[in-house]
Amino acid sequence: MRESAAPAMSATLQAVRSSSETLLEVVGLSRRFALGRGRKASQLHAVDDISLRLRRGESVGLVGESGCGKSTLARLLARLIDPTEGSIVFEGRDIATLSARSFAVSGERARIQLVFQDATDSLDPRQTAREAIAEPLVRLRLPGDVEQRVQQLAQEVGLPPELLGRLPHQLSGGQRARVGIARALAPSPSLLILDEPTAALDVSVQAVVLQLLARLRRDRGLTYLFVSHDLNVVRLLCDRVLVMYLGRLVEEGPSQQLFDAPAHPYTRALVSAIPGRAGERIELTGEVRSPIDPDPNACRFHGRCPVGTDACGRSMPVLNEVSVGHRVACLLTQG
Amino acid sequence: MISTASTASTASRPVLSINDLSLEFRTRSGTVRALDHVSLSVGRGEIVGLVGESGSGKSVLCHALLGLSDRAARITGGAIYFDGIDLLAASERELQDLRGREIGMVFQNPRAALNPIRQIGRQLEDVLRRHGAIRSQDLRERAIASLREVAIADPQKRWHAYPFELSGGMCQRVMIALAMSASPRLLICDEPTTGLDVTTQAAVLNLIRERSRANQVATLLITHDLTLAADFCDRVVVMHAGHVVETAPTARLFSAPRHPYTGALIGATPAGRADIDALVPIAGGLPDLRREDLPACRFIERCTRPVAACAGDLRHVSVTSMEDFACANPLPLP
Repeated sequence: MRESAAPAMSATLQAVRSSSETLLEVVGLSRRFALGRGRKASQLHAVDDISLRLRRGESVGLVGESGCGKSTLARLLARLIDPTEGSIVFEGRDIATLSARSFAVSGERARIQLVFQDATDSLDPRQTAREAIAEPLVRLRLPGDVEQRVQQLAQEVGLPPELLGRLPHQLSGGQRARVGIARALAPSPSLLILDEPTAALDVSVQAVVLQLLARLRRDRGLTYLFVSHDLNVVRLLCDRVLVMYLGRLVEEGPSQQLFDAPAHPYTRALVSAIPGRAGERIELTGEVRSPIDPDPNACRFHGRCPVGTDACGRSMPVLNEVSVGHRVACLLTQG
Repeated sequence: MISTASTASTASRPVLSINDLSLEFRTRSGTVRALDHVSLSVGRGEIVGLVGESGSGKSVLCHALLGLSDRAARITGGAIYFDGIDLLAASERELQDLRGREIGMVFQNPRAALNPIRQIGRQLEDVLRRHGAIRSQDLRERAIASLREVAIADPQKRWHAYPFELSGGMCQRVMIALAMSASPRLLICDEPTTGLDVTTQAAVLNLIRERSRANQVATLLITHDLTLAADFCDRVVVMHAGHVVETAPTARLFSAPRHPYTGALIGATPAGRADIDALVPIAGGLPDLRREDLPACRFIERCTRPVAACAGDLRHVSVTSMEDFACANPLPLP
């Protein structure tokens, strides 16, 4: 029951390695929110100069504490909000220049879809499961018979067809999660952005939904960006992990490497705090720096970092490759 | 795989003991038998985890023992003793005296539990004044000392802070300071870290454990997260559909679960799994507790190893005084 061989996992990894085609490339992406007016005007740097690449078919985890900007980044990539700077090239086309409003009716809308944290909140309480799944098909005027597509999607996510006429409150948590996933899959996206999709579920249901997500990715060749603070789940579902701290990307690397040998002091603290992990926990003390008008010449983790030096308060570290595919933004690893 | 907390010594008489407690809710659509012959105990300085899926009765139990049950709730049997006092027989006045002073509480979502328009220092002083029996000129000093005890940096300055000026983790530290300020003998934590980051979660639970140990407080930690219980509790009580199905020291529970439901919960938990296919989901859901034909064992419809004896009365098999399970066909010892 506990241990079993992992043929499916290695098959996925092989599939990922064999396809190195870029699906999404982000360069210098920033989003700042203006606060106050006149002399008191300041800017909150929610996402600050982030560059990353998602390859077709891979599953990438995005982790960090609340307020680090991971949800803002997810919403930028899903083009629900507009970036302040930077480019987002998706399937060969820069979608950062489109406004969020015109993106909503463009062809790319169908190709990038979101699955939200709690389906109880994201589904319309007065819409049946059938209507919820059919809505994107109708809105985006996608070809084909709607009812037939809805039936197919329900089957694909394991939602019994007799439940399609029910309202969200008449469904269990697991069934609502399936409706949310079916709705996101309806327009046949290539990129699925999942924002804490299992956070509201019990462990018994979470296991089913995680396995469903893993199967859908294999069957449809989907690319996942999986936003989560449950690192135990990220470890199981993702090939690669991105770590954010106060708007900046501080580390990225293959899951195994990141969990076994985290290089950034923040990632080390994060990994040490994972429940069920043996070994000493690294406690972070000191003040979290403010994301409002931050010092551009200081590491954001400075002051809270257990190993930082004075030099960390004088220059902003950039991402630096420490091994193949493993990049870290820390002065101390740049030797 | 799953690391375990060390076992603390337990005093002879438990601080909290719940014996055969049954509780039901009368609703228009029928009677919900939410708790059925539930027994558990927490000793001095001991941290006991109460785990189970949502709907298993964890919070109902917590509210019952604080005397905060919903008006539709009716206790149909059993007893709750706190330090020898029968809580079910106590008057509302007596309960009010106990809550806050002898029994501390830490709830989910600290921001909602704190008064949003009162400085946290004043909120602490309110509790100290009500329960602490200390001179008013010492109040400020004691409030600041309580903030310092929960590792809030710069407590003199933070005394003046309002809840909205503090992060979620900081608010939960304030809640712990409030709960601990009157030196309670029993601390009840209901999902104290839900919604907090992993780093903050570890810090808050470490704090609860450290304060409980230092003051020899009996702590009941209610959580749906099995891995957290494994990390921070001495003993774990597993609930399913209003029944306690297994009680055991943490190390034994995770290395050798006896009840099939405990085994299934562990099998569905991501921590320690090699890959996603090693996760084993649990079939079905909790039974409808309004059903007239509720089986003796409420897990039987989800169980992978039912036998004929399961139809008989639910019997608890005691291993030791601190350890038992309610199953006619338990998982074998490894």
